[in-house]
Amino acid sequence: MAFDAYEPGLPAAGIPVTIKILIAGGFGAGKTTMVGSVSEIRPLRTEEVLSERSALVDSLDGVERKATTTVAMDFGRITIREDLLVYLFGTPGQERFWFMWDELAFGALGAVVMADTRRLADCFPSVDYFERHDMPFVVAVNCFEGVRRYPLDAVRKALQLSSDSPVVLCDARRRESSRNVLVTLAEHALLRSSRAPAGV
Amino acid sequence: MFPPDGHVDGQWVDEDAGPVVRPYALTGGRTRPVGESFDLLALVCAVRGAVPDITQLEPEQLIVLRKCRVPIPAADLASDLDLPLGVVRILISDLRERGLVTVHGPVSPGLTDPQLLRDVADGLRRI
Repeated sequence: MAFDAYEPGLPAAGIPVTIKILIAGGFGAGKTTMVGSVSEIRPLRTEEVLSERSALVDSLDGVERKATTTVAMDFGRITIREDLLVYLFGTPGQERFWFMWDELAFGALGAVVMADTRRLADCFPSVDYFERHDMPFVVAVNCFEGVRRYPLDAVRKALQLSSDSPVVLCDARRRESSRNVLVTLAEHALLRSSRAPAGV
Repeated sequence: MFPPDGHVDGQWVDEDAGPVVRPYALTGGRTRPVGESFDLLALVCAVRGAVPDITQLEPEQLIVLRKCRVPIPAADLASDLDLPLGVVRILISDLRERGLVTVHGPVSPGLTDPQLLRDVADGLRRI
């Protein structure tokens, strides 16, 4: 069997650039819908050994043993060019899976925080996380049918955003709408990078 | 997670006991990759000219080798193989130890690179 492939240390040409975008937010806020509407959604499982910390969160306290837990994530890929790929990762919402967030967030372009105005508090932890990690993010208020629309300013106030992160309306079921949210995120990241001190 | 009968005493879980979860049978019970850790979007590339000893490899590793003739992110491999990411990472790290694959990056030359961010924004606008 011959394996024609790439040598180590070869120039970056030929190796695609992969961009990671996180889709966060509370349960039922539309994360899966958004990933599915804008990209080909595929299954991705991780099976993690529960660390002591997460084991405690999982109420296994006092039990000294290793256990694994399966986490299913929404996972989508958008091919922008042959050598430029955007990957979407729906972050697992349950608190006990938060130990995975640092890895997901590492090197990410930024995040979309899906919000449902009926349960706005559900997205507070995500907002906190991305603000604390100084990551670019956009809050996307998913417009569920029959739900009263709030002015975006009111949502921004309710979220007490300490950053200049955009807050936008979206319909996660519509490809164009989901795409626009991602464009807003990329533009926001670009704006932030232009303000970043040199060398950072 | 645990044996169905709730039998969770030490003999299941001491250092030598190995896995309690089936997918890790593929990895000989190991739950951590060998060598330097890598990102879930790290690109896995088969090494040109390296000849694998197929008797030493799991079928899943042969699939990995076939798929990474062109660079492919670890997460894509996990999804394609329908195996947990943690397991696929170990399979990849073993192939790397054998000199059959290299693991790069991911190649994201700083997400503060304005040109890259512009390319992403423009590209997304066109999808």
